[in-house]
Parts: sequence; structure tokens; C-alpha cells
Amino acid sequence: MKEEDRLEERNPIEDLLRMDRIPHIWCPGCGIGTVVTSFAEALRKSKIDLDKLAVLSGIGCTGRVAGYIKLDSIHTTHGRAVPVATGLKLANPDLKVVVFSGDGDIAGIGGNHFIHAARRNMDLLVICVNNFNYAMTGGQVAATTPIGGNASTAPYGNFEYPFSLPYLAEASGATYVARWTALHLRRVTKSIQEALNKRGFSFIEVITPCVTLYARRNRLGDGLNLLKYYYEKSEIQHGADTRTLDISYQGKLIVGKFVDKEKPTFLDCMNEHLAKVLGEKYQPYGVKNE
Amino acid sequence: MKADPKGVLTGSHYLDGDYALAEGALAAGCRFFGGYPITPSTETAERFSERIPMVGGVFIQMEDELASISALIGAAWGGKKAMTVTSGPGFSLMMENIGLACMLETPLVIANVQRGGPSTGLPTLTGQQDIMQARWGSHGDYEIIALSPDSPQECFDLTIEAFNLSETYRVPTFVMTDECIGHMHEKVVIPPAEEIELVERKWYTGPKNEYLPFKPDKDMVPFMVKVGDGYHFHITGLTHDERGYPVINAECQDFCVRHVCDKIRNNADKIIRIEEDEIDTAEVIVLSYGITSRVTTRAVRKAREAGIKVGTIRLITVWPFPEKRIRELAKKVKAFVMPEINYGQLIFEVERCAAGQAPAIHVPHCGGWVHDPDDIFNAIKEAAK
Repeated sequence: MKEEDRLEERNPIEDLLRMDRIPHIWCPGCGIGTVVTSFAEALRKSKIDLDKLAVLSGIGCTGRVAGYIKLDSIHTTHGRAVPVATGLKLANPDLKVVVFSGDGDIAGIGGNHFIHAARRNMDLLVICVNNFNYAMTGGQVAATTPIGGNASTAPYGNFEYPFSLPYLAEASGATYVARWTALHLRRVTKSIQEALNKRGFSFIEVITPCVTLYARRNRLGDGLNLLKYYYEKSEIQHGADTRTLDISYQGKLIVGKFVDKEKPTFLDCMNEHLAKVLGEKYQPYGVKNE
Repeated sequence: MKADPKGVLTGSHYLDGDYALAEGALAAGCRFFGGYPITPSTETAERFSERIPMVGGVFIQMEDELASISALIGAAWGGKKAMTVTSGPGFSLMMENIGLACMLETPLVIANVQRGGPSTGLPTLTGQQDIMQARWGSHGDYEIIALSPDSPQECFDLTIEAFNLSETYRVPTFVMTDECIGHMHEKVVIPPAEEIELVERKWYTGPKNEYLPFKPDKDMVPFMVKVGDGYHFHITGLTHDERGYPVINAECQDFCVRHVCDKIRNNADKIIRIEEDEIDTAEVIVLSYGITSRVTTRAVRKAREAGIKVGTIRLITVWPFPEKRIRELAKKVKAFVMPEINYGQLIFEVERCAAGQAPAIHVPHCGGWVHDPDDIFNAIKEAAK
């Protein structure tokens, strides 16, 4: 058998990966790779023009996603992927712009950018891998750590209220909001596919185990156990009121698609409003001549 | 490449410096402005937001300055010429991604209408206290280009120049003006579009799979592509190789840091612009930039009337600093005098380049107003002794 025919040695999504950068830096049992696989699958199924899709990340474990995806990709600074994505999308409205980053990046240091991009209904897809802690720096407490969860900077357990990200996203103006766990492979894929075909601010949270830090500190078993645990603790409630989605320590996880609505995007609003006010003087921006 | 007439408001106008910055940007082909309000720079954002709907482009008021500079980076890689305007406190916030812009070798323009600092300082009064921050404000080693206009006319002219330099060297370029110039109303002549020469970005046109975003060309500046053109390229703020892939070791760091610095250092002679007057016979040279140059004019006139042989150098580019020229002149003159509206910043560069061959006399002003020309005159008199 020829080397290239040895199926088991070829990554099924290698056409979408920078294979010259593999092996990746993620720990065995980490859920990020699973989400990347779902993303790749969604790209393939959605038949989207891959030349017109950009992936941006911030800093952290999930922040490395942009570096492994073989598409136009920008690894930005901590928390700033969303505003860089905003500039990119506005400069070239033909692009589909995806921000793929972690909970610390999106909801911690980048929280302000996140809510404002949602408020403006900027046409972006934000995929947030939530592992309940700052993993890259060694397992510190995050804006998402459940109360009681142990972290290296909450060595006696976390006592701060965490964000419920779907609630934050919807309240800020997102038009598509879903949450899954990393083991909901097909559902994550489907959500990404749906969001890719939507115009507006879409947000998908994926709960994943952090084996090396969060799981170890909290004695939650290995990656596979925790993947299964999250999956089994989840309950699908499509359309659930996002005010009811708080995550407690090792408690029930309500997952599903919570929001899916149509609303004019930032550029729609800009073009419509300025054309109305300025009339023919206005030069419509980023509008395709169909 | 000539300017697009759509953005050029040809004619004679009575404009303040802030408005002139916006007109310079539009003339230079800037079609993306991301900003955040801050005194005394806000009028630039206001002007741009009023004008851009009729020109074709985007103005967006971002949630803060961290976001403004981030959006500029995104817009630049999306193919647009991008600009923001700010003042000290906002400039401080932008330092994070000024570093990223340097690391990603991203062309963009930031105007800083300086006010007195530190901290909130003097929101409505002038300063030249961010001149060192412009050079050194973000962490790590890097180089930028900074220009310093001395009039609303130069706010217009140097904004175009800033875009041209930024595109030529793939580097963030600053227009370091101040509250006085920003709010000063003067005649600004905007030429016809066909008389405005613009630099086209150095686009890569080779085979798609061979594009390397950080491979230095002969002039050390790598070629650029746009997101969405099918190159499937990667760029990162991590230390990276020519492919843009992170490489975390000392060898790659050496390549990366030397490259972002040397492409400016080695081209410094081409970038630097200074304006000299009566240098050949001078015993004392007064160095100044921005608003302080205009105050200096009066002090110098008075000194010449008093029989002192004074020459002047006005720094149009503050960074890179004209070190060769200062070194050369240090051998010939009695002393340098430098007034600036801060408590000692660019004077250290003059001292460093004079290297003990001629004293560098500082005329400080802590901000809030311009110098009394007599303070500069007295320093010249002292220097001439």
C-alpha cells in the first residue's frame, strides 16, 4: 500500500488545515479540536466560497484556531478579534467573517467588544469555546467559571457570579444564539452551518472540557469522561428563555438553539438610513449590484 | 497614482487643523475611519462622518480606542486605507494594537491631536507630551513613522504624506499634531485631485500558493494581499517567520524584530523630512516641531536682530529622528536649543546625537499653552555666549 493511501494516517479535514503546523498545541482530551472538526464539516456542507471566508482569533488556547485553519486567518491580540473582524467585514462586505475564540477572550477581556458588535448587529459569526477557565495561562478563574469551581486564582473555589453567554448575547442584540457541548458534534456542525447562512450577529457557545487544568483541579476525571459528563448533563431546550441558562458547578446544562431571528445588519441600517436622509447624494456602500 | 476626485474638496478653505486632517484623509483615499470621541481631536471624526456618505466609505464610532485601532487593522487587511484620530488618553489605549499593527506590518494612519498630560490632564489645552510615547509606547522593539504639522495646511498635506509613507513601508504612521494646530483656523488650499500623488499599496501578484506575507522585498518591505482574494494566508502577532507562522525561539525573534525595525532604519534617509534655515552660518541651532516651530520663529527673528547667528531646523518627520544631520551639525555649532511643550522628551534625542560635541539646551513647557517667545530668545542668548 502506498503511503498516501493509508487512510488512518490522513486527517479527514486536512484540506482545511495547515498540515505543516500539525501537531497542534492542544492537550489530549481537549474539546477545541472537536469544535474545529465541526467547523470544517460545516464549511464543507454549507458550500460556502472558502476564498471569501476569514477566521479570526484572539489569544488563548482557542485563540490558536486561526493558526490551524487553512483559510485567510488572523491571530489578533487578547480580546480584540471581534473589533478586528468588524473592521475587516466593513472593509470588504463580501466576506463571511468568523471569530473563533475562548471564553476569556470573548467574555472577559473582549466583553465590551462582544456586546457592542452584537448591539450593532455586525454581520459576524462568533464561536466561543467555553472551558470555564483561562487555560493557556494555567487555569485561572474566568468570567464563566461556575460558582464553586476551583481555579488557580480561586484556590478556595470561585464565589463570583459568572456570565451566562447566551443571555448576554441575546440581550446585546444577537440574531442567532445557540449552545452545545463539544460532544454534540452534529448539532454544533448544524448550528455553524445555519449561522454561516445567516446575516447578522451569530453566537455559538460550545462547552468543552479543559482536561489539564479545570478538570484536574476540580478532580473531574479525564477528557473523555468530562466530554461524556457534559453531554449527559445537557438537556436540549430549543427556544429556551435565555434568562434561564445559568450554568452551575457540574449542574444541568441547557443546550439548544435559543434565538434565530432576522434583523437588518449594521450595513443594512447604515445604507437604508443614509439613503433616506441624504437621498441621491448618498453613495451606497458594499451593496452588490444584483 | 492620482487621488480619486470624489474625496478631494479642491479649493481654498478656512479650516481648522482637525478638519484639515479629515480632508487630508479623504484626499489620500482613506475610506475607513474608526474612532472614539476625545477632546481635542473629535472634530476630525465629526468631519469625516459628515463627508464620507457622499464619498463612499465607512465611518464607525467604535466602543473605545482599543476597538478603533483594532478595526483599522481589520480594515487595512480588507484592502482599505484606514485612519483614526485621538488624543493622549486614547493614544495610550491604542498602544496595544499599535504593536500588533507593527508586527503584522499593517499600513494605517493615526492622528494624535495632543493635549496636556499625564492622565486626563488638560483635555482642552495643548501639549507635545506624547512624542516619546509615539516612538516607544507599545511594548517590544519596533519602528514607526511620525510627522508633525505646524499648520492646518500641513495637517492636510502631511496626512496625505502619512498615508503614502504608511503604504510604502507597511507601517503605522502618526500625524502628531496638537490642540493649538487642531483648533487653529487658517487658509487651507486643497489642490485638484490630479495634482495629488498617492502611493498604491504594494500588492502581491504572484502564484497564490507562493505568497509569503512577511518575506522582505528588495526594499525590505513585504508585499501585501487582501483578505478574500484566495491566498489563504495567515498572520499572527506572535513572533513569526516569512510565512506568518509562529516560531517561538530566539532565532526567529531576531529575524522578526530586526526586520520590523530595519525596514524603517535602513530607509530613514528617504523618509526623513526637515526644514532648515540659515544653517550654514549658524552658531546656534534651534530645533522645533509642530506649533512650537511657529513660536520659535519670533524668538529667532529677535535673536537675529540682536546679532546672534541662529539657524533653525523644523522637524517635519519627528520619527525617524534625523540623527545623522544632528551628528554632523554638532561638530560645527556652539549649541542646540530645543523648545518643546513637555518637560523634556525629544531633547534626549538631540543630546544623544550631539554626543557631547555641542550642548543641547532644553526650553521646557509643561503644557497648557505655548512658550513665551522670550523664553526661547533667552535660551538662544545663553547658548550663543
